[in-house]
Amino acid sequence: MSTTQTSAGRRSRASGLPGAGNAGFYANLPSIGVLLLWSVVPLGMTLWFCFRRYNLMAPERNGFDGLGNFRYLLSDPGLGMAVWNTVLLLGAVLVITVGLGTLLAVLFDQEFFGRGLARVLLLAPFFVMPTVSALLWKDMMLQPDNGVLAFLWRSFGFRPVDWFGRLPLLSIIVIVSWQWLPFAVLTLLTAVQSLDAERIEAARMDGAGPIALFRYILWPHLGRAVSATVMIETIFLLGVFAEIYVTTAGGPGFASTNLSFLIYRYVLMEYDIGGAAVASLLAIFLANLLALFLMRSFARNLDT
Amino acid sequence: MAQVELRQVRKSYGGDEIIRGVDLMLRDRELTVFVGPSGCGKSTLLRLIAGLEEITSGDVLIDGERVNEVPPSKRGLALVFQSYALYPHMTVAENMSFSLKLAGVGKAERERKVMEAARILHLEALLTRRPKDLSGGQRQRVAIGRAIVRHPKVFLFDEPLSNLDAALRVRMRLELTRLHRELEATMIYVTHDQVEAMTMADRIVVLQGGQVEQVGSPMELYNHPANQFVAGFIGSPRMNFLEAKAKENGEGETELVIGGSTATAPARLGVDLTGTGDAVTLGIRPEHVQVVSSGGLPTRVQGVEHLGSESYLHLATIAGEPLTVRVNGQTEVRPEQTVEVAFDPRFVHIFDRNGASLRRADDPSSSPAKPVGIGPGVSVV
Repeated sequence: MSTTQTSAGRRSRASGLPGAGNAGFYANLPSIGVLLLWSVVPLGMTLWFCFRRYNLMAPERNGFDGLGNFRYLLSDPGLGMAVWNTVLLLGAVLVITVGLGTLLAVLFDQEFFGRGLARVLLLAPFFVMPTVSALLWKDMMLQPDNGVLAFLWRSFGFRPVDWFGRLPLLSIIVIVSWQWLPFAVLTLLTAVQSLDAERIEAARMDGAGPIALFRYILWPHLGRAVSATVMIETIFLLGVFAEIYVTTAGGPGFASTNLSFLIYRYVLMEYDIGGAAVASLLAIFLANLLALFLMRSFARNLDT
Repeated sequence: MAQVELRQVRKSYGGDEIIRGVDLMLRDRELTVFVGPSGCGKSTLLRLIAGLEEITSGDVLIDGERVNEVPPSKRGLALVFQSYALYPHMTVAENMSFSLKLAGVGKAERERKVMEAARILHLEALLTRRPKDLSGGQRQRVAIGRAIVRHPKVFLFDEPLSNLDAALRVRMRLELTRLHRELEATMIYVTHDQVEAMTMADRIVVLQGGQVEQVGSPMELYNHPANQFVAGFIGSPRMNFLEAKAKENGEGETELVIGGSTATAPARLGVDLTGTGDAVTLGIRPEHVQVVSSGGLPTRVQGVEHLGSESYLHLATIAGEPLTVRVNGQTEVRPEQTVEVAFDPRFVHIFDRNGASLRRADDPSSSPAKPVGIGPGVSVV
């Protein structure tokens, strides 16, 4: 934190030089322009469409619609499901990846035979494209007739489960967790490895067993890494789409539809641009709410 | 308080034997310093006592009880680490009471013990701070405080002052000896700095290559080093060593030939030269060499270091061997000059080819013999 402050101070001093202030502003203009094009214009358009009747199936019925789109969206039974599914998907994947990731990070910090190879294998899922990994899970692992899990279930005498039909959201949680676990392990493992060996020994001398060591020494040490992992994962997990598109297409019903898939439904299944715009606005609102919450609870952690 | 005993302790990593059979008896309430060059195994030995490393063979006994299999926290020891190893997310008070908390000591009792330690170490005002807000010396004191609250049988220190600046190191040195007196505690202190060893220790254990070279009080080691290694390691600047040829002459005297000059030593030197060949090493500390006007060993001045209170002449004999001499701070001697030096015979050490001491210098309190020059035909003793 202190480094950013000093560099900021240095920058302000530099721009305080005679004649330098305006030059800095003009030099920044291109990037400001690009930012404007990229984010502010689309946001403005979204806001504009929120209040327009605009359906691609009936382009002639356009015009100002007041709060019509809002009324329509809020009466949509899919909306509540989508918000709930978004939060559930995010929360479950965060808990699984951070929890399991911490355990695996501690495990991979130990010396064992074949650790190098095991690390590579562990990281592999992260390099598989979401579409491909979703396909792998859909057609290889979870397929109810010939899938690996179906085979396992049968060999133990159980009836195979129709994962995407019966437990669609859980299936997607499993797929997304599988994808994001390597990221969590990677960040947490570096944090585990940065823990001073003498600090562990000091705790051992103080009488800390494995559990106390984890609870009082390792976990607090991992605080920053966990915060960073949670924040970065949150950014990406709010917009999970490919996994849903490939496997369940948001169904059955709305059982595995999250906000980003709901927006997709409005635009490309119902061609309702106005409704999609309102849903997008809601997604932005939700993302900011979560960001605020995360900053509140974790910013302190990052500061130390 | 307690005593620690090591019996034939050995430690190997893979095929490398780091500690090669150490026998030691560390007495109650003494401050014992393990000293030696880096890699001599002194820290490993401390960690073996602490229980952080497993002993390959041999026994560690605390108060007569074998503790080889006892986990570190149950041995009743406290270790102060070189890096302090404070817990960064805990306050000073929490750092110090962590062990008590784990042991299930009640809150009031914890606070009382922390306050007591804080008072001894002058940390009362810092109890709510976190380690990152403390200076190096304060962190050091917190690390010691963490040891004190446990009321250990033995305090272990692993190079605790090496991360401090020179001035602070001197102050902490005094503070640690004061602490040792006040707590009447048994302490084991590891350092590579022979000054710390000399100034703090009740007894010094000199280690090299995983073996004990010598055990004794600071002045014993200074006056009577058992071998050339100890002689060179204890004392600063280090002892001078000169190659010499020794042989008995017909009159019951020993003749020493140093760099072409001959000195005669009477037989009462008691140097047994049988089995050593005639090559020996003469050892003399810089503070026991004197510059004389004539009749001494001729040398050439390579450099002069003025420290104000004293000066050091770096000389070379005719044979090219280096020789350091302590002289008056106001010395007029300049580089490239030629000076003659004489050795105070009471402080001459003689080592055989293997470095073992053949003759320890006399106790300085006895034999008030006057210094005699060493040169052609001049007797040393």
